[in-house]
Amino acid sequence: MSRISQRLNQAKASGKKILVAYVVNGDPFPQATLPTLHAMVAQGVDVIELGVPFSDPMAEGPVIQKGHERALEHGTSLKGTLELVKQFRATNNTTPVVLMGYANPVERFGYSEFAKAAANAGVDGLLTVDLPPEEVVVLKAELDANGLDNIFLLAPTTTVERAKKIAAHASGFLYYVSLKGVTGAGHLDVDSVKSKLAEFGQLTDLPLCVGFGIKDPETAKAIAGLADGVVIGSVLVDKMGSQADKTAEEIAASVGAIISGIRNAIDTL
Amino acid sequence: MSQSIDYSAFPNEEGHFGPYGGRFVSETLIYALDELQSIYSRLKDDPGFQAEFDKDMAHYVGRPSPLYLAERWTRELGGAQIYLKREDLNHTGAHKVNNTIGQALLAKFTGKSRVIAETGAGQHGVATATVAARLGLKCRVYMGAEDVKRQALNVYRMKLLGAEVFPVTSGSRTLKDAMNEAMRDWATNVDDTFYIIGTVAGPHPYPQLVRDFQSIIGREARRQSLEQAGRLPDALVACVGGGSNAIGLFHPFLTDESVKMYGVEAGGLGIETGKHAAPLNKGIPGVLHGNRTYLMEDENGQIIETHSVSAGLDYPGVGPEHSWLKDIGRVNYVVINDDEALAAFRKITKTEGIMPALESSHALAYVEKLAPTMSKDQIIIANLSGRGDKDILTVAGLDGITV
Ligand SMILES: Cc1ncc(COP(=O)(O)O)c(C=O)c1O
Repeated sequence: MSRISQRLNQAKASGKKILVAYVVNGDPFPQATLPTLHAMVAQGVDVIELGVPFSDPMAEGPVIQKGHERALEHGTSLKGTLELVKQFRATNNTTPVVLMGYANPVERFGYSEFAKAAANAGVDGLLTVDLPPEEVVVLKAELDANGLDNIFLLAPTTTVERAKKIAAHASGFLYYVSLKGVTGAGHLDVDSVKSKLAEFGQLTDLPLCVGFGIKDPETAKAIAGLADGVVIGSVLVDKMGSQADKTAEEIAASVGAIISGIRNAIDTL
Repeated sequence: MSQSIDYSAFPNEEGHFGPYGGRFVSETLIYALDELQSIYSRLKDDPGFQAEFDKDMAHYVGRPSPLYLAERWTRELGGAQIYLKREDLNHTGAHKVNNTIGQALLAKFTGKSRVIAETGAGQHGVATATVAARLGLKCRVYMGAEDVKRQALNVYRMKLLGAEVFPVTSGSRTLKDAMNEAMRDWATNVDDTFYIIGTVAGPHPYPQLVRDFQSIIGREARRQSLEQAGRLPDALVACVGGGSNAIGLFHPFLTDESVKMYGVEAGGLGIETGKHAAPLNKGIPGVLHGNRTYLMEDENGQIIETHSVSAGLDYPGVGPEHSWLKDIGRVNYVVINDDEALAAFRKITKTEGIMPALESSHALAYVEKLAPTMSKDQIIIANLSGRGDKDILTVAGLDGITV
């Protein structure tokens, strides 16, 4: 069983909600990422979503865009990101790592080469924002062959018909985008998330995690009450960006503190 | 090669031109693209819709645009006869308006109250602001902060037309970043907003519908060539930024085997310097802005900064249909550097009394090379995609003059 399924089953068995956390590799400087990942795990993150920086992050709001820009200034690449996951695996062999990014760096790497290298490095899944099911076919075959999960997005604009199709392609978990917009947007509406999740929940046995726009423990708690898990990103990236002049350990500790607040909130449902 | 190809069958249902094109967008936008595709496939063969488009083309844009024989320039070059397709004479001064009129009509049918656009040189932004003013639609134009500086005249024109110009400060602060920001706006306001893309790029069905609207250029030119010269041209020349004026001219001629085609990319300071905007000549296939196409990128798949003296060609990608036409060998893609384009700008202005846009000057500079290699009974049609008024400050600046 994949690390992702193993961890998600564990959470389910213990009646706990899944906490997924996103940071950008190499942001605000390369040495900050590894201690931050370990701090996140120590404070209760179930799945790490590691952002692979891209020059044109079309689906990101200003906060995460800046995270990508900072990481790229330090020359962070997809190859380097696989190296980092390898280092992470040296001391953590249980927490799933999903790479989240855009198609072009993966295209450039080569689909087959990438899938092999990612599996080797200890990556568990891939979420490519701009590869919907229609365009991911070739890459997905390579991911499947290497035991990597393909994580898909569902959006408020996704029809039930289409959601069925997406669910049929997906593995690991499904990521519901809570609002129309970009990451870090400020207009999340809990009621509309509730009604969409009620529809989509019927279509799949996969866990549904909700992200985009969850910024504080209260919202995390409200959303966790409706879903199998929550995804936190922009608040963490914002925090990291504001501490570019601090040490890696200080950055890791401050991210850990945010995670701990969210973990407590969703554990006291 | 191209003999048996049915060009009208491309793109296929999924928006693919061979391996290029497609729909590489986040899930939120799929619904909007499906909606656009279904409206477009319903309307494109609808006589009422076509009639409305044709009426606007005739009475608002001023079409057909003339096919003008540049006699003096032809004599000077001493080779093929050079005809200029005068898109510079369109309302708003470039070919861009052909597309914005078409998309605004689609917006009207979808009932959306707001339009957005990305712009580089500002010509597409002006053309969008123009149709928005006419239809009473709210309009926001995204423009890279760098381009806002170098195209100040067009920025002010858009504001006078009632549009909001939004300077984009992320990334390289040029056209590609403006397009990213427009996509983000669209994903956020997808319920009430229609995104008017300015070239034959972006996710399916944009490359198809922009091509269809711009093909009026080639349909007219083909008819005019038969009427005025009694025959088809031997060669077509057009500049390629995203590729909309080029595909508009080329497409209706693709099945005419005898017609050679040249798409002219921006060579900037020279393609050997790395400072250029010539993805078809120096790029490799990749994924950006919703489609697979030739791109300028580094070894890690990051999109790199481009350079061209003309803002409208300063783009690291190109429409997917061009990528395909390159691979199958139907169109030749060549480069013209900044200095050659500027020389052509001055030359045509003085020789023919026509001041071309710097974008179009790239096509004309290639004609300067091509015409003398052809015989006097041969014919070239060059697309004069826009007028050069917007570039006067740039050229004056290069001359060290403050106007
Ligand atoms: C006059 C003119 N020609 C050409 C272009 C390049 O666009 P395309 O390649 O889509 O025709 C522009 C773009 O701004 C333009 O203003």
